[in-house]
Amino acid sequence: MAIDKTTVAAIARLARIDVPEADRARLAGELSHILTWVEQLAEVDTEGVPPMTSVVEVALPMRDDVVSDGGYPDKVLANAPARDDGFFVVPKVVE
Amino acid sequence: MTAPTELTIAEARDALAKGDLSARDLAEAHIKAIEAARDLNAFITETPERALADAEAADARRAKGEPAGALDGIPLAIKDLFCTEGVMTSAGSRILDGFVPPYESTITANLWRAGAGLLGKTNLDEFAMGSSNVTSYAGPVVNPWRRAGDNRPLVPGGSSGGSAAAVAARIALGAIGTDTGGSIRQPAAFCGIVGLKPTYGRCSRWGTVVFASSLDQAGPMTRSVRDAAIMLGAMAGPDARDSTCVDVPVPDYEAGLDAGVKGLRVGIPAEYRIDGTPGEIVALWEQGVAWLREQGAEIVDISLPHTSYALPTYYIVAPAEASSNLSRYDGVKFGLRVPSDDLAEMYEKTRAAGFGDEVKRRVLIGAYVLSAGYYDAYYLKAQRLRTLIAGDFRAAFEGVDVVLTPTAPSAAFAVGEKTDDPIAMYLNDVFTVPASLAGLPAISVPAGLSGDGPPLGLHLIGRPFDEATMLRAAAAIERAAAFSARPGGLGS
Repeated sequence: MAIDKTTVAAIARLARIDVPEADRARLAGELSHILTWVEQLAEVDTEGVPPMTSVVEVALPMRDDVVSDGGYPDKVLANAPARDDGFFVVPKVVE
Repeated sequence: MTAPTELTIAEARDALAKGDLSARDLAEAHIKAIEAARDLNAFITETPERALADAEAADARRAKGEPAGALDGIPLAIKDLFCTEGVMTSAGSRILDGFVPPYESTITANLWRAGAGLLGKTNLDEFAMGSSNVTSYAGPVVNPWRRAGDNRPLVPGGSSGGSAAAVAARIALGAIGTDTGGSIRQPAAFCGIVGLKPTYGRCSRWGTVVFASSLDQAGPMTRSVRDAAIMLGAMAGPDARDSTCVDVPVPDYEAGLDAGVKGLRVGIPAEYRIDGTPGEIVALWEQGVAWLREQGAEIVDISLPHTSYALPTYYIVAPAEASSNLSRYDGVKFGLRVPSDDLAEMYEKTRAAGFGDEVKRRVLIGAYVLSAGYYDAYYLKAQRLRTLIAGDFRAAFEGVDVVLTPTAPSAAFAVGEKTDDPIAMYLNDVFTVPASLAGLPAISVPAGLSGDGPPLGLHLIGRPFDEATMLRAAAAIERAAAFSARPGGLGS
């Protein structure tokens, strides 16, 4: 399916990637090219075929629902661009 | 005596055991070789001090008569996608530039437990998305091979291009890579080495920077099939921290390597005869068939009817998973942040600055195919196709033990030759993607040279969790091919 600049802006918003107006036409072309190519799947009749949910046929292992890791906030925060008093810091979101 | 950098892992292991060589000798020789080969840009981070410390610890263990495991004293290169505690792990992306993990991935922890040492972290396509290692924030990797009479640099393949180039250039005894749609096997073929993608679930994914969760697998990249068997044995095994990592016994992969292929049933899929495949690729494939037949294998024509849909299926499933997985890069918890007073704007500016073009393209495609109104037509459709593709293999493996195909539709190409059209680049993985979608083990073995010089690989696909049989067939190809060519710059 050919997508236009408006659709590029909408999916860029969904993906939280800033795509400047000047790049949208180019991206619309590139993404349309890829989407048109993958649409060849439509020619396969998949009526009644279950979608794959796991490529290995095993039951998911279970474990006790207990805390098994943690207790090192300094390590967790070590790579944060901004941190304060044991917390990640983000721009103010509540007025 | 052979230079330490010329040894295979098996030879180095035996020399260490006999006392002909110390782990320190091995580490020093490789550190020097890495410094001399910086033009390849194979490493993002070199860790010479760590390599020496690891080697000294290995020598001390051996002096006490207590070697750690199968890889004690063997220095390795690690794709910069595996978290290594205290050593930067960038995934080849600006968004993780400077990220120093506070923990170790299970795969690398398994290697260190077996006694291996760390030479450094190898270059890759950004977030493992690519087939030529040109999308890395750290710049492209150069293939140590050149075409005859043409000095233009060739790509090493991707995404594990740095690992492949390092092993081919004799600056690491072995390396690990990751394979989502061919990222171990295609660069192995382009660089003339062995690359093995295990069964999905054979190796833990914990602590590996994720691309597509249902496809990613770690695997060895080596100069011999035996070395791949040794490394896989050290890497594989269950992990309580990865629920998709299956608790099944890990056999001694090395033990059965020389058992031969007499009576082995080798499937040749009709659908892999793709129009436009170069004659020399087809000829090598036929040569591979002849080699296995001469050693007693039974050749069986098989059909994998949905093969041609594997690539478009992959280019829905993998970007969809990537768009979800890469949402964690938001400028809050780690990595790059582009400051803004507004939270949403901070996310958007951070991700715009931190991701390269190919990663953005895939994240956007993924967001689109998962979005309301398109989910059924694209994502669900692709998941249904994936069921059919896996079913093709299941049916075929009722009559054969392994499947033989070429690894890639061409030899290594020059930088810029194919990189303009994303789909032309995606076609590199035409022979490797189906096994990825089906979760099957597969291996590329260097088997010959293209007419203009660079190497070509043959590709074997095995049954789920039957890497042992696949390795036995790979060893048979290796014996027959007797591949001894070396990258041009390295002499002989």
